[in-house]
Amino acid sequence: MAKKKFVVGCFDEENVLFPAVKKVRTAGYKIKDVYTPFPVHGLDHALGMKETSLHTAGFIYGITGTMTALGCITWIFTKDWPLDIGGKPHFALPAWIPIIFELTVLFSAVGMVLTFCYLCQLAPFVKKHHFHPRATDDLFVMVLECTDQTNTAEAESFLTNAGAIEVKTEIAEEGWWFGRYDKETMFFEQKTVIA
Amino acid sequence: MSLKYESQIREPLVYGNKNYHQVTEDIVRPIEAKPTRLWYIGFFISVSLLLFGVYSVYREVVYGVGEWNLNKTVGWGWDITNFVWWVGIGHAGTLISAILLLFRQGWRTGVNRAAEAMTIFAVMCAGQFPIFHMGRVWMAFFVMPYPNTRGPLWVNFNSPLLWDVFAISTYFTVSLLFWYSGLLPDFATVRDRAKTKLRKCLYGIASFGWTGSTKHWQRHEALSLVLAGLSTPLVLSVHTIVSFDFATSVIPGWHTTIFPPYFVAGAIFSGFAMVQTLMVVVRKVFGLQDYVTIGHIEAMNKVIVLTGSIVGIAYLTELFMAYYSQSKYEGYAFFYSRANLFSPYGWSYYGMMACNVLIPQIFWSRKLRRSLFVTFFMSILVNVGMWFERFVIIVTSIYRDYLPSSWSVYYSPSIWEIGFYLGTFGLFFTCFFLFAKYFPTIAIAEIKHVLKTSGESYKNDMSEVENESTEAFAHKYAH
Repeated sequence: MAKKKFVVGCFDEENVLFPAVKKVRTAGYKIKDVYTPFPVHGLDHALGMKETSLHTAGFIYGITGTMTALGCITWIFTKDWPLDIGGKPHFALPAWIPIIFELTVLFSAVGMVLTFCYLCQLAPFVKKHHFHPRATDDLFVMVLECTDQTNTAEAESFLTNAGAIEVKTEIAEEGWWFGRYDKETMFFEQKTVIA
Repeated sequence: MSLKYESQIREPLVYGNKNYHQVTEDIVRPIEAKPTRLWYIGFFISVSLLLFGVYSVYREVVYGVGEWNLNKTVGWGWDITNFVWWVGIGHAGTLISAILLLFRQGWRTGVNRAAEAMTIFAVMCAGQFPIFHMGRVWMAFFVMPYPNTRGPLWVNFNSPLLWDVFAISTYFTVSLLFWYSGLLPDFATVRDRAKTKLRKCLYGIASFGWTGSTKHWQRHEALSLVLAGLSTPLVLSVHTIVSFDFATSVIPGWHTTIFPPYFVAGAIFSGFAMVQTLMVVVRKVFGLQDYVTIGHIEAMNKVIVLTGSIVGIAYLTELFMAYYSQSKYEGYAFFYSRANLFSPYGWSYYGMMACNVLIPQIFWSRKLRRSLFVTFFMSILVNVGMWFERFVIIVTSIYRDYLPSSWSVYYSPSIWEIGFYLGTFGLFFTCFFLFAKYFPTIAIAEIKHVLKTSGESYKNDMSEVENESTEAFAHKYAH
């Protein structure tokens, strides 16, 4: 966990945001992320992100559920304790379809949600740095990652020219940590050492 | 900025001159304000009902199922009727959020959050009935297949009653996950504008540290879409499996192959009616008329008249098949026990026909579909009718066994049976009152997503898009 310097530009219109993203990327700035209050379709492509493969994971979890249900029921009813139910076959596949289907859905849904939470680092008590409180309200917050060479003043004015209504430079923690939102987390760097 | 435009002719989904901030304001305000007196009164009544239900169930657990007026022939009475009734109600939420998402119905955004909440609470209520019907409820875990020291003695995987266990628990889990994953961004909205420390802390925990990052939104969209894809067959499977509880038996009146589609249509019918009952009140109390518009109410009334008619056709098909099969027992079940005003339970059959088939036909009239008063009144009638339907199916099929010696005396519920039912109303409304006060009752992020294409003040801009050539439109919006 290390702190980094970021230049933040806030936009209030999608129609301004999209050309701005294009301009900022062609100018060679590295966009860390754009925080939006709702899913803006096409923004992921404009930022050059790959498609998510979450659905593939969902498919794999689903198949796991199918196999678990089929395997368990088959073993139980043909090997472990073959039960005579009205003289019907022990391997009664049609009668198992409902349970196999339900377990497919259950595994897939639970697995996907857990994977989603893991990938996005979402959990109770997880805390992250928020660049702007209105990012979940009505602003599209573009965050540029700075290196040692970045001239922050220049980047700020670039964002203003691209249509940002508010710009600032922030030094912030990049990752996530455990904490509560009603308390400021104090990091080691912020402590003043008394000699 | 998506590859979509809304025709100008369509009614707006959001009324008023709104911007994104205004949407947040409107929906979060009830959470931040103190509860009104009406809320306290409603909540108090719900909790009282719940407590009465808890006492009724306590008596059933301590003294046994004998506290209910079930008898040797009517082994399933009010309890299973109420179970099927609540499960049916719990179908609208997932239908609205999943099937309408796949069909790209924009109007779902206004009502999906409350409908999903209602689904979850209804399924919670439904689950109580089979669990306590077991009698020795402390052994309820026997329905789970786990290696045990009794053989091991496994559950019967060929039994529809076990399919039900899997179906209902899966349905509850998946609906809960779907609902909560949609709530994360909205909790984050409440958290970021919270003024008090407690609210910031609690909504901070509930929002799981959501930031609104583009990558997270991309995954969130993929998650919602796949969960919708999974929930669509799931929601159909659940009531299908509930109908198998009856259809796979050999009881006259239950042994019917049309049960699955007929039950699913009935479930959607009653679920939408319950959504109407709640939304007509919620939009008024919280001043959300701009988001849950008359257009939304009308769309749901259309679903009600459609599914009500499907159910009506199913009733007539049943009657026809009972005649056409020339089976004596089927004929007795349908023409003596049910469609006969002078049989002991004939009143319930005619009540069902009136409430489910005849009266909803008034919704062919646009004026009545768009009347709040009629909608509210109808929504209650529909649910009364759907309760009758389940009562008819269960009780009129079993009150007279094959042997006249085992014909039952007239079945009417005991006070504790009624108390149990009232108790689930208490549970349902207690949960719903808490939800309405502390959760965003409308999906904020989803409303914002459709605002610029379907909001009243933005609709005019759509004419420009409408006049563009296909090539120009695709060039501009496709990435």
